[in-house]
Amino acid sequence: MRSRWVNKATALHLGVIAVLFALQFVLPDYHHVNLARVMVLASFAMGYNIAFGYTGLLSLGHAMFFAAGLYAAGLMALFAGVGAGGGLLLGVIAGLVVAAAVGCLALRTTGVSFMIVTLMFAQAAFLATFYFGEYTRGDEGFVIPSNLRSLFGLSLVEPTTRYFVALTLFSLCMAVSFAIARSSMGRVLAAIRENEERTRMLGYNVFLYKLVALVISGAISGAVGAAYGMLFGYVGATFASIQYSILPLLWVLMGGAATVLGPFVGTLLMFYLVDISSGFTSANMLIVGLALIGLILFFPKGILGTLRERAAPWLP
Amino acid sequence: MDFGPYLLLATLEGAVGAAVLALTALGLSLVFGVMRIVNVAHGAFFMLGAIVAWWVADTLAAGPALNFLAALVISPLAVGAVAVLAERLVLRRLNYNPESTIVATIGLLYVIEQVALMTYGPDARPVVAPLDFRVQLPWFGYSGYKLLVIGASIVVMLAVWWGLTRTRIGLMMRATQFDSETARAFAIPVDRVYGGVFAFGAMLAAIGAVLVVPIQQAHYLMGNDPLLLSFIVVIIGGLGSLRGTVLAAVIIGLSDGIISVFFSPTLAKIIATLIVAMILVIRPKGLFGTQSA
Amino acid sequence: MVESVKPNRKKQISGVSRRKALAGLGGAAAGATVSGVLPGFVRYAQAQTSAPIKIGFQVHRTGIGAAYGRWYDRTTRAAAQLINESGGINGRPIEIIAEDDGTDPKRGAEVVEKFATQHGADVAFGTLFSHVVIGSAPRAGELKIPYFVVSEGHHVASGILNRYTLQPGITDVKSQVQSMAPWVASNLGKKVTMIYPDFAFGHDHRDYFSAAMAAQGGEVIGKIAIPPTESSFFKYFPKIPRGTEVLYHVMVGPGVLTFVKEMGEFFGSKRPEIFGFIDSLEAVSINSPGLEFLEGSYFWEANPRYAQAKSSKFDAFYRAKVGVDETGASVDDPKDIATYSHMFGCWETLHTIKQGMEAAGYRGPGDRAKLIEAVEAIDNMEESQAHPQGAKIFNGKTHQVFGHQFISKVGGGKLNVVHKTSIEDGFYKDEVDYTSQPL
Repeated sequence: MRSRWVNKATALHLGVIAVLFALQFVLPDYHHVNLARVMVLASFAMGYNIAFGYTGLLSLGHAMFFAAGLYAAGLMALFAGVGAGGGLLLGVIAGLVVAAAVGCLALRTTGVSFMIVTLMFAQAAFLATFYFGEYTRGDEGFVIPSNLRSLFGLSLVEPTTRYFVALTLFSLCMAVSFAIARSSMGRVLAAIRENEERTRMLGYNVFLYKLVALVISGAISGAVGAAYGMLFGYVGATFASIQYSILPLLWVLMGGAATVLGPFVGTLLMFYLVDISSGFTSANMLIVGLALIGLILFFPKGILGTLRERAAPWLP
Repeated sequence: MDFGPYLLLATLEGAVGAAVLALTALGLSLVFGVMRIVNVAHGAFFMLGAIVAWWVADTLAAGPALNFLAALVISPLAVGAVAVLAERLVLRRLNYNPESTIVATIGLLYVIEQVALMTYGPDARPVVAPLDFRVQLPWFGYSGYKLLVIGASIVVMLAVWWGLTRTRIGLMMRATQFDSETARAFAIPVDRVYGGVFAFGAMLAAIGAVLVVPIQQAHYLMGNDPLLLSFIVVIIGGLGSLRGTVLAAVIIGLSDGIISVFFSPTLAKIIATLIVAMILVIRPKGLFGTQSA
Repeated sequence: MVESVKPNRKKQISGVSRRKALAGLGGAAAGATVSGVLPGFVRYAQAQTSAPIKIGFQVHRTGIGAAYGRWYDRTTRAAAQLINESGGINGRPIEIIAEDDGTDPKRGAEVVEKFATQHGADVAFGTLFSHVVIGSAPRAGELKIPYFVVSEGHHVASGILNRYTLQPGITDVKSQVQSMAPWVASNLGKKVTMIYPDFAFGHDHRDYFSAAMAAQGGEVIGKIAIPPTESSFFKYFPKIPRGTEVLYHVMVGPGVLTFVKEMGEFFGSKRPEIFGFIDSLEAVSINSPGLEFLEGSYFWEANPRYAQAKSSKFDAFYRAKVGVDETGASVDDPKDIATYSHMFGCWETLHTIKQGMEAAGYRGPGDRAKLIEAVEAIDNMEESQAHPQGAKIFNGKTHQVFGHQFISKVGGGKLNVVHKTSIEDGFYKDEVDYTSQPL
């Protein structure tokens, strides 16, 4: 029974990747680039989901990890001529290091205190992008020179390359999420989320597990930050602001926390909610706000979370 | 300016910040403490309070003092009504689930901000202070109204403290906060307590906003900073501790003012932010935390 | 979007070609092959000659720029109506496709993509906030859609953007700031303290004004950068050094009125000379309560908010068309103050697009490169109905225009012009030659 579920789930996720691969040939230009962007942002949300959804760490500091990757790649490109490959690597390292450092301090706290500590660290990081304005150009940010935006000799300025890189990143993040959800570590993380004290009593090093989850989450966020900069060419302080900590939380909650595909569903939905509503009305945020309220009333655990509860218990 | 007067000025400024922050945070502390929900729209209620205050002053046009007093009455009532509506129509149906509530209140925040933008507009507009005098100290001048804000905030906080500890309603709120299941068993109408607390929390934010609007201006995006700061204050103070909330507001307000004396402005903000984060790292339950979060 | 013109969606413009390519490739191509065969921007057939020219208007409807966005919108619509009434461009009407960017660089880039690939817009236009410009410009360059910004940032002329991004309607901040220094040094004082937001924009003011003051034998003795999250300013005023003769302020955002008010409370009647950029009070009445102490202080203006005795007939015409009265307020609502020193850029830029398209014989997106070259070839702009702010000189190499600046004194509840700079006061050495970049 269980193994059939695993197969069904594996097939679904491979199927999603196959569909995303095929879509690039049929989508019109606009939706082609949108989907690339959504896949990149959804990767960020999947990284967030590992901390929040699977481990129960409600962080309001993920903009800091995203920005660590974005600025690591961007500044090294601008001042040291590092290209996209090096930039992505630097992004992962930056996200990983920052998450480890913040985690060592912030994981002394739990629950809402953790939320506030991560928020404060992220706010300090946001202000730092202004304080070091001489290099970062603060709010205005800077453009990554387009000649450096290439990977293995392929220019990321090309829509097709961009789509492939986005899809690869997305597939990797999905594989990591899927593996964690299915692994024994994933079960320990879930146990920590449900009852931290009991898990500790059972002899698990709760702090270490949480730190590893946060570091994986941070490294993914950093990678996505670097990828976003390299794919779309812009680095700026907006991406370090509180808004970019709240957005992945929102995407994950919309799609369904602790589901592998939920972050993608949530990101896609929010993107097109904003895009479509701002196409026909200037009161776009009103529409988005009402849609959020309406959706959460019908899908209190997010779309896939509620679906899993009611119809598809095999969803990872 | 010499060091002494400068420090005095920074302390005064910090105290004004603390006074407004304490009120806003007190509202959030009640909602958070009793209902255990993260109300992301709390800052939007603050903003709504300021905009209604401007609207009352503009419509009434009966002189600064009367305008202000009318706003002080009407604005919290109007904002409370909106909060009751949101509680009834949305939060109650979500069963106050913490995660769904985050999404719903983000939605609410968008709705309130967009409606404010469409009706009130994108401008920052002032309300004239009810009293117009400038205290001329030997070293610098200071707004008399700002001193009044500190006094008014203390009065409101004393009233809230009295209400919570000395009245029946306060007792019911505390009982619900302590253990909602047991409270229900003792025939306390928990649902109505929740509705009341949510509205009252929003009203406190609105009072803070009416007090602040002659100093700053009403603007449709003004709620974001008070929201973040209130959350920080509530957690630093210790969940469920009103005394802690007030003390944390004073600490954060004053440190923001005083640290700015010693460093360049942005660096001062970074340092103040990190210090506050470290307080929580060292005392994970906050200064007066009794409940685990 | 009650008043806006609905675009005709040109759906799936290039979907067909991609499907064709799929058939050809059997769908199994590796990334490199595909990217060679499938360019992201597919040129489609030229529109019929009577079809409207579509101008994608990136507008700050929500977010921090909304007060500016509203007036950019009104000015743009007025200019578009005027152009259409007088025969359009090459006999074709123009259609404004407005879309909100939330004053956000990420959404800004998406909106530019939408103009280029979804709406089939001919050009993108109208952005104010610098971070939105810098976030969007790389995408405009990649999609090869001409991107006309009205931002006054130094980003275009600094050379960090690309050949498809131009600023032909408003002078950049470097030029504005530099042209103020001679007058400030000789009329107000030589020892200046600057208060500015800790934004890149503020740093531009700090750097360019300091350099220009030094050239005049003056000195900036205090530099106070206000952090972006600040909403009260009083505690920073003691940082103003003794011996300050001139206080130079430039603030943006909703906190500006608080800033100016608190400055008044701090100084009372014993104040240094005060010189500010009107950005501190755009969309705010200078007769707002609390601003009384600004009486006798000075402001930079790009375009005088209050109609002056010397104002041209073109300015009067422009005011009437946009719906602004002689005090710089909306004719419908005297409390609704215009962003008069910025929004003329929309009007003038649209006219420059018209001039460029007519010179290039523009027929459709296939002629975008010709349009860029035609605009680059423009140099002198005469004061006229198309350029009501005044004469300008456009630098085709740096894609930046240079115009006159004004200094006004607050008196009797009005802003009265006391000095008008020459265009040459704002010149500086070219930092880039965009014409050497491929189209």
